[in-house]
Amino acid sequence: MEAAISIEGLGKRYRLGQHHGEHSRITEALGSVIRAPLRAVRRRPADAASYLWALRDVEFEIQPGEVVGLVGRNGAGKSTLLKVLSRVTEPTTGQAALNGRVGSLLEVGTGFHLELTGRENVFLSGAILGMRRAEIRRRFDEIVEFAEVGEFIDTPIKRYSSGMAVRLGFAVAAYLEPEILIIDEVLAVGDAAFQRKCLGKLEDVAAEDGRTILFVSHNMPAVKAICSRAVYLESGTVKTIGDAATVVKEYLDDASTNNAEQRWEETGVRPGDDGAQLVAVRVAGADGRPATTIFSSETASVEVEIDLREVPAALSVGFDLYGDDGTLVLRSAQTDVPDRDRPVLRPGLNVIRCAIPPGLLNDGGYTISPRASIHGVRTIFHVDAAVHFEVVYDHGESEFLRAAGRPGVIAPILDWSGSIVG
Amino acid sequence: MTTATPENGHPPAGSGAGAVAPVRIVIRPARGLGALRLGELWEYRELLGFLVWRDVLVRFKQAAFGIGWAVLQPLLLTAVLTIFLNRVAGVYSYGVPYAVFALAGIVPWMLFSRALLTSSGSLVENANLVSKVYFPRLALPIAAASSYLIDFAVSLVVLLAVMFIYGVALTWAVLLMPVFALFALLVSLSFGIWFSAVNVRYRDVSFLLPFAIQLGLLVTPIAYSSSRIPEQWQPYVGLNPMAGVVEGFRWSVTGIEPPSLHEVGLSLGVTLVVLVLGLVYFRKTERTFADVI
Repeated sequence: MEAAISIEGLGKRYRLGQHHGEHSRITEALGSVIRAPLRAVRRRPADAASYLWALRDVEFEIQPGEVVGLVGRNGAGKSTLLKVLSRVTEPTTGQAALNGRVGSLLEVGTGFHLELTGRENVFLSGAILGMRRAEIRRRFDEIVEFAEVGEFIDTPIKRYSSGMAVRLGFAVAAYLEPEILIIDEVLAVGDAAFQRKCLGKLEDVAAEDGRTILFVSHNMPAVKAICSRAVYLESGTVKTIGDAATVVKEYLDDASTNNAEQRWEETGVRPGDDGAQLVAVRVAGADGRPATTIFSSETASVEVEIDLREVPAALSVGFDLYGDDGTLVLRSAQTDVPDRDRPVLRPGLNVIRCAIPPGLLNDGGYTISPRASIHGVRTIFHVDAAVHFEVVYDHGESEFLRAAGRPGVIAPILDWSGSIVG
Repeated sequence: MTTATPENGHPPAGSGAGAVAPVRIVIRPARGLGALRLGELWEYRELLGFLVWRDVLVRFKQAAFGIGWAVLQPLLLTAVLTIFLNRVAGVYSYGVPYAVFALAGIVPWMLFSRALLTSSGSLVENANLVSKVYFPRLALPIAAASSYLIDFAVSLVVLLAVMFIYGVALTWAVLLMPVFALFALLVSLSFGIWFSAVNVRYRDVSFLLPFAIQLGLLVTPIAYSSSRIPEQWQPYVGLNPMAGVVEGFRWSVTGIEPPSLHEVGLSLGVTLVVLVLGLVYFRKTERTFADVI
């Protein structure tokens, strides 16, 4: 089967400095001709340093029906790539072949005019995005319903709240029917509930209609939930391409200021006292290796390495888990479990491990503050924010748990039951 | 801009449900001038219609006086010309009252000047579209200019009413009136397409153009007829493309002072040359619009 999108050696070069091309004023253009007539005629390119390759040697293929996420830091070239594929701007080198009709959504509400009513804008934006009038008319009621603008449909959109305008803009795009859909970071707008609805719509579109989708998002849970594969761009080139979960993890590991492990090598600097010293603390993923990104559907673990000279009976070793907003999510220690299950501590170097069960944590950043105490007597050490890691929310099987997650510090799935009364 | 080669016909994106012949688009750096791709513009004719519709709608929604301006402006200009040129300076006309003479020149001129001004600014005005979505860029200046046909239709009614009041009858020449109206639109497009592309890079256009149009009002035989121009210059009157348009339009409606074929032909020739140059410049710079705008 022929690839839906196939990109070969694609590059896009921008001129640095003057944003408005060579000369933004006629006088400048004339001036430079007068000063250096030969150069103007020869059109000798300025030195290479004044160019920036926003994309360079980008190569990959997307098969029909694939949903591919495009991730990368700001300025990595994601938007430029989408612009080239949408034919908004042209590449400097290489080529891209698109097999099928292409719809691109680089902005929510493309072509909206504030003076026009919602109804007028639906038709205008639809036409600009490539829909036929008959098609828009056929889908009109669905679009209005999806956008939840109701009776405001005949009000000029300058009177809309920004949320309403965004909903209407996305609704128009949601009913585009191209074979290849190219979407920029448009899901970052609107309220959480609507974002969830949009993501749901995207999933439906991908699953039911078998359309090829390439989309940019900073919403990693969404990328992981919706995409089969992901492309990681860095400085205009493809850094990694592969299975979405792997790429998302790699990207988050690179992008964050996270540290999966903290060690205190020298005895002199180790937190603690003569009897008990903290050697290391780390967060590990399902495979047991230190990881700064944890998927909430997998079992993660917190490991504390401690050097003991003696083992007091009431020695309690554990950690505090904080959310990024500073909320103390929980405190745990090895003394929480009954005696028979408790890990045995001996003089010397000990590693104790606490399993964080799947389906507990929510999306976001967390820190671990290791601590040890003689229970009820004194604290031996307490290190603030020794490690920091990111959780990607991806647990839960219900179709109502969409990728945009839910509010709250933790997100366990609780049991529900019911009975018919009367 | 990009060489898009839809191999099996080229419907634009999302051209409706149902089985459509597969489309293949190849994006690569364009070399040379590329084709004019007017066929693609035809594929996007519905969008062109929507853009015209939008421009008309927005124009009349934003103005408190709405469509009234299309009536008032030519009338005011006619009044000023009649009072100051006809009564004070003694410029006169053949056969018809001066007010009819002046208005019959002002109506095509207004179509031209406003269509030119708006189409020249159309790309910059729609920068958000140019940088966010693909469609043939030519649609923007064409739609902007065409939307003034509505205003023109209104002012045409005014002209006919004024002629009726002054008792000036139509002749068979009126059948040629639509041709001259479209000619006026063509002149504004030929310059407008060019200027719209220049304006993307050099915003000076938006300062220069209103001034140039003011000069044009005097240089073009609107308040006077070209028969008043010294004889040795008359062969060159047609170099001003609007000269042939205005005089031809005035003749077709009022039946007075038919322009020479030479004048109209020259105007048409100049217009076509400008149109071709404008299109070439537009196509050449089109591929960088989104980067520069």
